[in-house]
Amino acid sequence: MSVNPLSLFDILSRDQDALLADWLAAQSAAQSRRDKLNEAEIRRASREFLAALTQALPKSADTRTEAWNDVRDLLAELSDSRASQGYSPSETATFVLSLKQPAFERLRAGIADTAVLGEQMWQATQIIDALALFTMEAYQKSREGVIQRQQQELMELSTPVVQLWQDILALPLIGTLDSGRTQIVMESLLEKIVATSASIAIIDITGVPTVDTLVAQHLMKTVAAARLMGADCIISGIRPQIAQTIVHLGVDLSQVTTKSSLADAFLVALQRTGSRIEGRKTDR
Amino acid sequence: MERIPILRMGRNLLVTIQVDMHDQLAMTLQDDLTERIVKDRARGVLIDISSLDMVDSFIGRMISNIAAMSRVLDAQTVVVGMQPAVAITLVELGLDLAGVRTALNVEKGMALLTTLE
Repeated sequence: MSVNPLSLFDILSRDQDALLADWLAAQSAAQSRRDKLNEAEIRRASREFLAALTQALPKSADTRTEAWNDVRDLLAELSDSRASQGYSPSETATFVLSLKQPAFERLRAGIADTAVLGEQMWQATQIIDALALFTMEAYQKSREGVIQRQQQELMELSTPVVQLWQDILALPLIGTLDSGRTQIVMESLLEKIVATSASIAIIDITGVPTVDTLVAQHLMKTVAAARLMGADCIISGIRPQIAQTIVHLGVDLSQVTTKSSLADAFLVALQRTGSRIEGRKTDR
Repeated sequence: MERIPILRMGRNLLVTIQVDMHDQLAMTLQDDLTERIVKDRARGVLIDISSLDMVDSFIGRMISNIAAMSRVLDAQTVVVGMQPAVAITLVELGLDLAGVRTALNVEKGMALLTTLE
């Protein structure tokens, strides 16, 4: 055979509009939630993608090369917007994969020889699959970005250091203490000690669901670091259950003042700093 | 030779560490300080490390050594002005300087020494 067999590129360049229509139909058939992304948006993205694909195909067969930059940028942008809109991974991948059906139909119609057909189909499959994989990677990356950002925000939200009184700070801990969080808690506490020149810090663990040896160790580290800065620590908000756990685990808290409630800890702190609260006499 | 100055304030000694500590300097400081404690009959030693922004296990150990030596010579040691990052590093290194008194700044350290007398 002297004539070049029909390829993916030929299909794209010959009847792109018809292919686009078929592809859009395949996409909307696969997409169960069309309401999320409007039709015009999908149509625009699909047309741009086909145009970029037509540009890139004759230059190189390897989707990782520079010739494919435009295609990759388009897909990355698409994955980004879909990830942030809460699309599932398969819905995102369907965008590229649904191109197979209309493209293969055309290949089948245009090529009679089964061996040639198989070869062309394989090549087209390789390219589309590579692009679908790239889409998935981009999708994953932007999802991970979202998770990381949320984690960061959560950490900042959950470690407030408040000044209760002159020289007295309170650190209400909420949620589990892991080493990453301990680091942030420690840093914000120590910085606040410098800023307010506080001499007593009350660490309230009412919001800490469980205390195991690791959490206790993190607590002790925080206490030790505060002590190095010249501030005493009082641990408060120890629930009965947690008191039992601490003893059963053999955690030694004898170096630290502990109180069951924040109010008690505050009273001790006031005594140590030489302040006190008096009720006003109303009856004369 | 480089030396860390030791200032006398009443019966207390003030040591301000402002340069990078290395082994020789630390040894010299230990010698000088113990001698001064005996000579001046000092009751308290104030070590200001506010300009120290990096520590290693060596400096951590040196500080607790100095504190222990002063205690043997009947002088209380107060370490003041530790940076937050330094405190975190020491704790992570497992050096919590047990037995060393600490204060946020020189003023508070002096007040602490006065109450100890």
